[in-house]
Amino acid sequence: MLEPVNISLESLNIVTLYPMLIPVIGALLILCIDIFKGGLDRTLYVAITLLVLFIDFQTLLSASNVFATEGTVVGVFDMMLIDGLAIISQFIIVGASMFFIPLALSKKQFHESSYPEFFAMFLFTIAGLQFMVATDSLILIFVGLETSSLAVYTMIAMHNRDKSFEAAVKYFTMGALAAGFYSFGAMVFYALTGSVEINQIATVLAANGYADMGYVLVGTVFMLAALGFKVGLVPFHTWAPDVYEGSSAAMAGFLSIVPKIAIFVVAMRLFEFLIHSGVIWLEIVLYIVVVSTMTMGNIWALVQSDVKRMLAYSSISHAGFVMAAILIGTTQSNSALFLYWILFAFTNLGAFSMLWISRQKELPHGQTSDHSYEKFSGMIQTSPITALVMGLFMLSLAGLPPFALFWGKLYIMSSAVTSGYTVLALVMALNSAIAGYYYLKLIVYMFMKDPVDGATGASFSSNASLALKAIIGFAVIGTIFAIIAINPLLEFISAFVYNSGY
Amino acid sequence: MLDNILSILIFFPALAGVLGFMIHKDSMRAYGVAVATIEFGLALWLWYAFDNTVAGMQFIEQVALIPTFGINYIIGVDGISLFIIVLAAFFTLIGIASLTDTKNVKNMIITLLMLQMTMVGVFVALDAIIFYIFWELSLVPMLYIIGAWGGPLRIYASVKFFLYTFAGSLVMLVGMLFMAYFYYQATGVWSFAILDWYRLILPENFQLWLFAAFFVGFAIKVPMFPFHTWLPYAHGQAPTIGSVILAAILLKMGTYAFIRFSLPLFPDAATFFMFPIAILAIIMIVYTAMVAYAQEDVKQVVAYSSVSHMGVIILGTFALNVEGITGSIFLMIAHGVVSGALFLLVGVIYDRRHTKMMSEFGGLAHVMPRYATIFGLMMMASVGMPLTINFVGEFLSLLGFYQQSHILTLLAGIAIIVGAIYMLAAYKKMFFGELTNEKNRNLPDVSKRELVALIPLSIITIWLGIYPKPILDPINNSVESIVQLMHDKSTSEEAKKRIPNLAREAGLVTSQEAH
Repeated sequence: MLEPVNISLESLNIVTLYPMLIPVIGALLILCIDIFKGGLDRTLYVAITLLVLFIDFQTLLSASNVFATEGTVVGVFDMMLIDGLAIISQFIIVGASMFFIPLALSKKQFHESSYPEFFAMFLFTIAGLQFMVATDSLILIFVGLETSSLAVYTMIAMHNRDKSFEAAVKYFTMGALAAGFYSFGAMVFYALTGSVEINQIATVLAANGYADMGYVLVGTVFMLAALGFKVGLVPFHTWAPDVYEGSSAAMAGFLSIVPKIAIFVVAMRLFEFLIHSGVIWLEIVLYIVVVSTMTMGNIWALVQSDVKRMLAYSSISHAGFVMAAILIGTTQSNSALFLYWILFAFTNLGAFSMLWISRQKELPHGQTSDHSYEKFSGMIQTSPITALVMGLFMLSLAGLPPFALFWGKLYIMSSAVTSGYTVLALVMALNSAIAGYYYLKLIVYMFMKDPVDGATGASFSSNASLALKAIIGFAVIGTIFAIIAINPLLEFISAFVYNSGY
Repeated sequence: MLDNILSILIFFPALAGVLGFMIHKDSMRAYGVAVATIEFGLALWLWYAFDNTVAGMQFIEQVALIPTFGINYIIGVDGISLFIIVLAAFFTLIGIASLTDTKNVKNMIITLLMLQMTMVGVFVALDAIIFYIFWELSLVPMLYIIGAWGGPLRIYASVKFFLYTFAGSLVMLVGMLFMAYFYYQATGVWSFAILDWYRLILPENFQLWLFAAFFVGFAIKVPMFPFHTWLPYAHGQAPTIGSVILAAILLKMGTYAFIRFSLPLFPDAATFFMFPIAILAIIMIVYTAMVAYAQEDVKQVVAYSSVSHMGVIILGTFALNVEGITGSIFLMIAHGVVSGALFLLVGVIYDRRHTKMMSEFGGLAHVMPRYATIFGLMMMASVGMPLTINFVGEFLSLLGFYQQSHILTLLAGIAIIVGAIYMLAAYKKMFFGELTNEKNRNLPDVSKRELVALIPLSIITIWLGIYPKPILDPINNSVESIVQLMHDKSTSEEAKKRIPNLAREAGLVTSQEAH
């Protein structure tokens, strides 16, 4: 006869679950609306999604106030862990999603936005990612990861093109493999330490002085592979360009920003103690992955003939940059990671939205992909404003001051310099120079070549609606005037990261 | 208004450039000239309000940008930067005024105004990151000017220009981050302010590495000998206005940065690298002079001669004494005036014949006498004739270096004679002899619009050649304070010996007078 379990509701601290429950409830609401009355317009669903995210954001604000006064909060049998990292990353996840969802209001209606399920999936994805960052338990991380991933696979396939199906299946296959790796890695750590909570694992491993070094290494490599698949670290990146090409530009932009930050937070929690364990091998493994991701991503990007594929490889390289922050592992570098990602979110949002507004339903004659470089030839003559805006985002991605991403690069490089990773800082600098070439290539096409015969500027903004223009306007302002926002952002992030003990 | 005249100087052209989008394209040239005139007027006003007797920074403005990380908007001007700013404003003005018929003239003028913002910004920045921002931003308008209005190989040339400089500056950025970190270690506060960095004394081995990191960025921009390969392409493909601004102002950013950063921050390293850099500079002078002699394209002759003279500027800078550095700053201005004028002159003939090959010309003096006269004057100035502007600068630079090494100075002096050879040879091929090519028979002489640019430049060339004092005095004041700072900061014996102690010399003079 089992004893009845007596737990007071207060000790559960349900409030820690609110930010994740809100999108789940919102998703169910959307599905319910569809049951009662089908065939409603996408504008309704976009508005509901936005409102739900808005409420979510508000709860995050109150959670951040709680953190600022009371420090880290745990709840639900210590499964939930609301610390500074969880709060900042949820801000990024929810905030960026609020900018991405209005992209569904493009001028032409594409397949996915006619399904209410698309918006429900979107909210489920966000809930899953929020679970991932707000926990210390490897199991809950896994659940969150799979929730979000499965929703994302479906969302990609909903675009309803041959290439989208290919992308979805490819992503699904790779994702399933990564899930296998993840559970194996988690199993190794559980076998070693008898716990699935990262801080427990760290304590136990430190207590026995990393006696079973071989197993720790195996566990680390499997975890790195699993997380590497999800963020697209070299050599686990192979799915990324195809998936980006197959998804709609809006979806690709979302993929390049939002899910990745969740993985970075998990990686930060997990690798932080491993790197600082004093075991040199763990550091070397990560070092190699970081440098090869930055460099190879850049080199592959050089030879692409399609802008979206180029941006896919460039995202890989940026992910390598950010993993370097985790490798360095100081408070400064961890703050730099979040700063970088916020600025990257603005810039990449802009760049992918620019591709999205130039999307045509049917490919014009003689064009093999949606966004080939040739398509952009002579854009300055046919539609100058669009060309200037696109050029701005390219320069920002290349890390040209004073545009947004430069400040992220500056701070990450500074953190490398401060912690004695001089070579890494130089590698980053040279990689930025290599990256300059392929961003410049698009600028060369736009500003220096003559337009293709008979081309008018109309196609560059054929998919633009007021909502999309507004989003791009936000991204432009964020990119140009980032310099004003750096100081408050940096103070906020540094305080939160420091108070979480990272 | 004088309190923030420097900010106005920076952002006025940028604002005007943004407003320029709404101007009708027929009125664009007038708008550009008007804006550039106002800007030049402001620059002259700055010169007028500038106190010649003060050695340090004037008109300092400070706005906190990212105080947590020590990045602030700090700008100021001293004798070293003042005249380059005036020159930048002047060249933008005459550049726009003498702009020949170009396609997309509206884009060109907006780009030039943006370029002007970055040029002024670089020379007034007193915060390393602000400096870096303008330094990098200046690449974009130039990239567009070369890439959109250049010759057949323009895309290759512009991309090479951009990537080469971009790569170099990123290495420099790492150096800046190190510098800020050392400052943080020493004081516990992050700061990128150059005037704060001046107070920091670093051990010599740190200095050597940091000097090298900054050197990569600056040397590519100058461009110094093994890094100069981007420049002939850039000049060869750029439109006239692009070459003029590039040669007159943009290249000066590198040499200016040596004086602003490398020398006062790393005096020991500067002494350590003095001879290697001097040898590079001499190779640069001799080698490019010889290459210039072999050219058939007159624009390439001017381009290589421009590189050659940049070598003399470097030599003067690394003399590490007041004469040398003053001379090199003066030569920066002189070189700006003269090579800018030469590129304009090449542009004049290119507009008429659409070729720059010297073999196509010959005997031009018969049909274009005024053109030949001005070209002759500028050529003489470029060679370094006494009573022209270049002579003062070259003489002081070499005089400065003579105190460090007699042999190397002699070599550099000989190289200047080589300069005379190729310039005179080029002049002879183009202007003297019989008029052989029928196409040249009816060429019109220089037009009024071209004279607008060329006459003031000729006047400056001669005026400052005869009476350089109004410019030399303020430069000298500021340079003295920098040399003194270098002497005080230096730690090695060698550096103490090479860098003169002005305070002691002045003290000696006064004590002798007392006896």
